[in-house]
Amino acid sequence: MNMKPKVGWTHRSLLFLLMLYLLLPLVATGLYALATNWQTTILPESWTLNWFKDMFQDLRFLEALWTSFYLCLISVALSLVIMLPAVFVITVYLPKLESFMKGLVVLPYAVPGVVAAVGLIRTYSSGPIDIAGTAYILIGAYFVVVLPYMYQGIRNSLLTVSAVELLNAAEMLGAKRARAFVTIILPNIWPGVIISTLLSFSVLFGEFVVTNMLVGGHIHTIQVYLYQRVSESGHLASAIAISYFIFIMILSTILMRLGRKMNGGTQG
Amino acid sequence: MKRRNRWMWLGLVPFAFMVLAFQLAPILSMVTGSFSKIDGFGFTMDHYVKIFNSAYYLKAIKNSLLIAAYSSIVAIIVGLACAYSITRFTPSVRDRLLMISNMTSNFAGVPLAFAYIILLGNNGVFTLLFKQWGWNVFSGFDLYSWTGLVLVYVYFQVPLALLLLYPSFYGIREQWKEAAALLGARPWQFWRTVGLPMLTPSIFGTLGILFANAMGAYATAYALVGGNFNLLAIRIGSLVAGDVVNQPEVGSALAVILAVSTLLAVFLNHQMTKRSQRFTGTYAPKSNSSKERSLRARARAKEEAG
Repeated sequence: MNMKPKVGWTHRSLLFLLMLYLLLPLVATGLYALATNWQTTILPESWTLNWFKDMFQDLRFLEALWTSFYLCLISVALSLVIMLPAVFVITVYLPKLESFMKGLVVLPYAVPGVVAAVGLIRTYSSGPIDIAGTAYILIGAYFVVVLPYMYQGIRNSLLTVSAVELLNAAEMLGAKRARAFVTIILPNIWPGVIISTLLSFSVLFGEFVVTNMLVGGHIHTIQVYLYQRVSESGHLASAIAISYFIFIMILSTILMRLGRKMNGGTQG
Repeated sequence: MKRRNRWMWLGLVPFAFMVLAFQLAPILSMVTGSFSKIDGFGFTMDHYVKIFNSAYYLKAIKNSLLIAAYSSIVAIIVGLACAYSITRFTPSVRDRLLMISNMTSNFAGVPLAFAYIILLGNNGVFTLLFKQWGWNVFSGFDLYSWTGLVLVYVYFQVPLALLLLYPSFYGIREQWKEAAALLGARPWQFWRTVGLPMLTPSIFGTLGILFANAMGAYATAYALVGGNFNLLAIRIGSLVAGDVVNQPEVGSALAVILAVSTLLAVFLNHQMTKRSQRFTGTYAPKSNSSKERSLRARARAKEEAG
């Protein structure tokens, strides 16, 4: 497209409507969180920050936030520790396994959370390993949820830095394989790995289905807590929803910045 | 070399363990569970027979299929129109529009249901406003009913449709339009004979993803109507982990049915992607930038949250 496309009114109004449709629920939640009372007027009658204050004084909220935070952190860290060597070995030394991995990685996409939860409950609620309702089963389930993101992210970074060639060069110069991995491959793939780690974190932070079905009664993550609060106070729940959203926004902005930086780095 | 190989396998052991324990074993257990007798290990088709003879479960399956089909088709139409419109804008505006659409897709599941309750619920802002203004057109609308659910489903399907469809519009080159115009084709003729056929694989592929996404969506419906609405995903949830008397075997059988439907839909997407690559692979600019990739990944993330 060499000419500057001229944007007609149909296109403009169509996209205006789309943006209105997409942003309306968000804006409404934001306004509701800031309103003392909002009924029968287009905009709230008066404003307040009390709901946010209440939120931070609510011990259950802080606990849920903390629970979400450390559960996601542990799961992502575990996934990182397990996936890094595994994906490295598969991509570099066992490319034959890649088609199998592709199938494996597609499963969490294709099998909905409800279904995965059914299987997990069946396997671990009775019998020799009874870990139903504990954090262990949740961390295991989370590992599977983030599997695709971690695999793709690490694999892509390995391919972008041409890990195989780098390793060959290092070995030719006399470096041991483990040493080459730690001193050459790891620093090179680090930016990409950080991106998939953050992405995984934000996915887990928003996870509700599996969490609620597996441990909903015992462990209250932020999503489970939000679900419980929805029926109680609308304004407070809005404040929580909006804070959650802002947190995810900040996380994805960081993601995007990092992604752009890395992209610029590999091209330049 | 042998010694090194052993070291290599060691790196795979924890991975294999986790995948076996938390991905493959549960799926296997679910499938065998759906075929095994209650309190026993014998093979039986009873649970499936029961499901297909029960008006209640059949209704749940039908409801899920219908809502998935409706919301996917609406989202595809909206997505197609908007994706085309977006390509008409300058790159900077285009990026911003896509970013907003992408951003709203984080707003899924429980928070989304909640936002709709604020807007259109029984005491929702708009519900009360419309009542006050005496707009009776909307008085029949009920968020907690079928139409309400479709509305909310469409909301989380549209950004996904947009994201998946938008790149395929770049496979259609401006030169082809010019060539067609020079040969005397009108715009609609171009779209009918060249444009749409080019887009068809990616339309069906996207349809597959959207369908699977809606079939598996649980959080939104659960937060909106609780266990009251008869949807497949909700039935499974309440059979396995709900407060009603647990019937894990029937739950497993229903879960297998749901998984088969979503797997089929994803398979459709897979086939169609292959085909569309054959079509456009040689022409379309490679969209392998990491930004594009992270957009894709986000699209996937949405599916999970829905």
